[in-house]
Amino acid sequence: MRRSHSFLFCLGLLAGLCGLIFVHASLRRQAMKPGLLEKERLVRELGLTDICLSTEANYTRHLTQADFTTAFQDHPLSLEHFPSGTWIRPGPRSGYGNGQGIRPAKKHP
Amino acid sequence: MAKGFDRQKNILDFTLSSLLRRKWKNLALASVYTLVVFLLASVMFFSYAIKREASILLANAPEITVQRLLAGRHSPVPLAYLDRIKDIAGVQAIRGRLWGYYFDPVVGANYTLVVPESGAPENGTIRVGAGVARARSLLAGDMIEFKTAAGDILELEAREFFSADSELVSSDLVLLSADDFLAISGGAADMVTDIAVGVRNPRELATVAEKIAARLPDTRVILREEILRTYDAVFNWRGGLLVIILAGAMLAFIILAWEKASGLGPEERREIGILKAIGWETSDVLLMKFWEGMAVSLSSFFFGLLLAYIHVFTAGSGLFAPVLKGWSVLLPEFRLVPYIDAAQVAALFFLTVVPYSVATIIPAWRASIVDPDSVMR
Amino acid sequence: MLIELRDVRKVFHQGKPNEFVAVQGVNLWIEACRATVIKGPSGSGKTTLLSLVGCMTRPTSGRIEILGREVSSLPERFLTGVRRETFGFIFQHFNLVKGITALENVMLPAYPSGENHAALKRRALDLLDHFAVAAKAQSKVEKLSGGEAQRVTIARALINDPFVIVADEPTAHLDTRLAQEFMETMARLKEQRKTILIASHDPIVCDSPIVDRVVLIRDGRVEGEAR
Repeated sequence: MRRSHSFLFCLGLLAGLCGLIFVHASLRRQAMKPGLLEKERLVRELGLTDICLSTEANYTRHLTQADFTTAFQDHPLSLEHFPSGTWIRPGPRSGYGNGQGIRPAKKHP
Repeated sequence: MAKGFDRQKNILDFTLSSLLRRKWKNLALASVYTLVVFLLASVMFFSYAIKREASILLANAPEITVQRLLAGRHSPVPLAYLDRIKDIAGVQAIRGRLWGYYFDPVVGANYTLVVPESGAPENGTIRVGAGVARARSLLAGDMIEFKTAAGDILELEAREFFSADSELVSSDLVLLSADDFLAISGGAADMVTDIAVGVRNPRELATVAEKIAARLPDTRVILREEILRTYDAVFNWRGGLLVIILAGAMLAFIILAWEKASGLGPEERREIGILKAIGWETSDVLLMKFWEGMAVSLSSFFFGLLLAYIHVFTAGSGLFAPVLKGWSVLLPEFRLVPYIDAAQVAALFFLTVVPYSVATIIPAWRASIVDPDSVMR
Repeated sequence: MLIELRDVRKVFHQGKPNEFVAVQGVNLWIEACRATVIKGPSGSGKTTLLSLVGCMTRPTSGRIEILGREVSSLPERFLTGVRRETFGFIFQHFNLVKGITALENVMLPAYPSGENHAALKRRALDLLDHFAVAAKAQSKVEKLSGGEAQRVTIARALINDPFVIVADEPTAHLDTRLAQEFMETMARLKEQRKTILIASHDPIVCDSPIVDRVVLIRDGRVEGEAR
């Protein structure tokens, strides 16, 4: 077969497979729906606030519950020594109460 | 029209012959390119899928969480606080939660202990997540020893397990009864870990939160929207690890493109001269260079993308696991639901294919506009 | 007249310190279906003259006409098209593209015209067969002997069926036998009503019986003619 033909064929195949990625993903999402619903139910029933991304430290396991000071609980000069701390940022951006001052109520769109 | 196609295919024929001439070098280039795309796309797929799933799942999280902080440390919440919150206007539901961490010295893993509101396991039994089962190689009926606050050993039977499908939320969970939890954690019976509050009208959330904070000044109030926002910020490109990955990938790519952009060698120049001498126009030569860039770019991109998808959504992001694990022992198996952002894929395409093709064509420009007669000399 | 040059002058690197006048004041005509040789020592401007005639470069001043049509001021696109249709080049150093097959080398000049690939391939194979190198069609050019490479070069020059064959010092790297073979090939092409234009100072070429006219050039000027 002519070189350009075989190349274009392979390229077309690859491109087609990449297109199939989206189809496969869609089908997979459908198939995983029950699992997703189960997880939602668990979050609701158990009142979970975080998903399990890392079990290294309490502020990487429950990042939304941790404060900026949580990492320092061991020692004021505690340097970050958990690798997951490099990509998990603890604590929500703003909180109400406890020395942070009362923030004005946000207008939600 | 057909002639246009034929011209493209003819030139592509020559381009492919040309690439095959330096077969190993071009194969190495394509491999590096594929690797870069694979890495970037894997990170892209992984982070987007997790963020998407987190936002879906945690939309079910408690609307308001109230925790108590003393000197910057989490402190148990007295039950009396529940009463003080209960009569705030707008509060619909309220409950004190019991949960905490347990470090298992046998395997060096951290578990999250949770006492559910209803349907708690009987005293002496627990329900464990798949990650815990893996860490301790547990089968139904096996016993785990927990050290209590008093210094005794409490043996609990792993009667039930969370499904593997729910690992993303339950992997390290140990569900147990309130009595067992209090025995292990040594907490007093009139204290809870924190309080979860439900509100009748979602628009009143902020107001209720403010009131709670005002009534209980030693507490910290967390809204559900803040929980969701936290997860939007995960895998932010400024996070140390991601910066390194991205910088590394970019560096590799720049080196790739540099190799192309640093101009043509004398042999390549001569070859272009020959092509012009035998009747190729400047546009034909540039087209050939375009196809040269495209052939490597497109095939590497598609291949890298495919591998990344397989890696993240079929192979559980196996290559990231050691990185994500860090010092920990327990890590969930990431059976992610494949949420994909097509815009991100398109962006990756343009950010890799376009610069590379440009880097291939531009340096050839000067060589391709030479007078054909230069090859006569 | 097939090709006419009027008061043609070519300067290289104009305006720079290494400015160099290659040819000047050249008035020349090339007749169709004849074999013309441009003879002169090296540095005399032979190659430049060939280059100008073959539309490989534009004159700095003067006119060049092919079949009555002025080509010296055509834009590159059209100039290349004219060159492809009219001229087939045989270079001194063969100038075959290394690393690809002889067949592909022969087909190369016709690639950009978008001709049907199968037809082109057949024509190329016929040409190679005509010059008795069909057996080496799939060989890489590095593996060809000198004589085979020369024949592939000639086949390449003919792929677009041009009117004129232009050869620049074709026998410079050939032994006597191959040089004579070359001239025999040129004779055959002349019989097929092709115009031959050769730049050379090799006696085998200049004194060959098939040559109709020898133009003498020295220091960039046409000095006269022999025959």
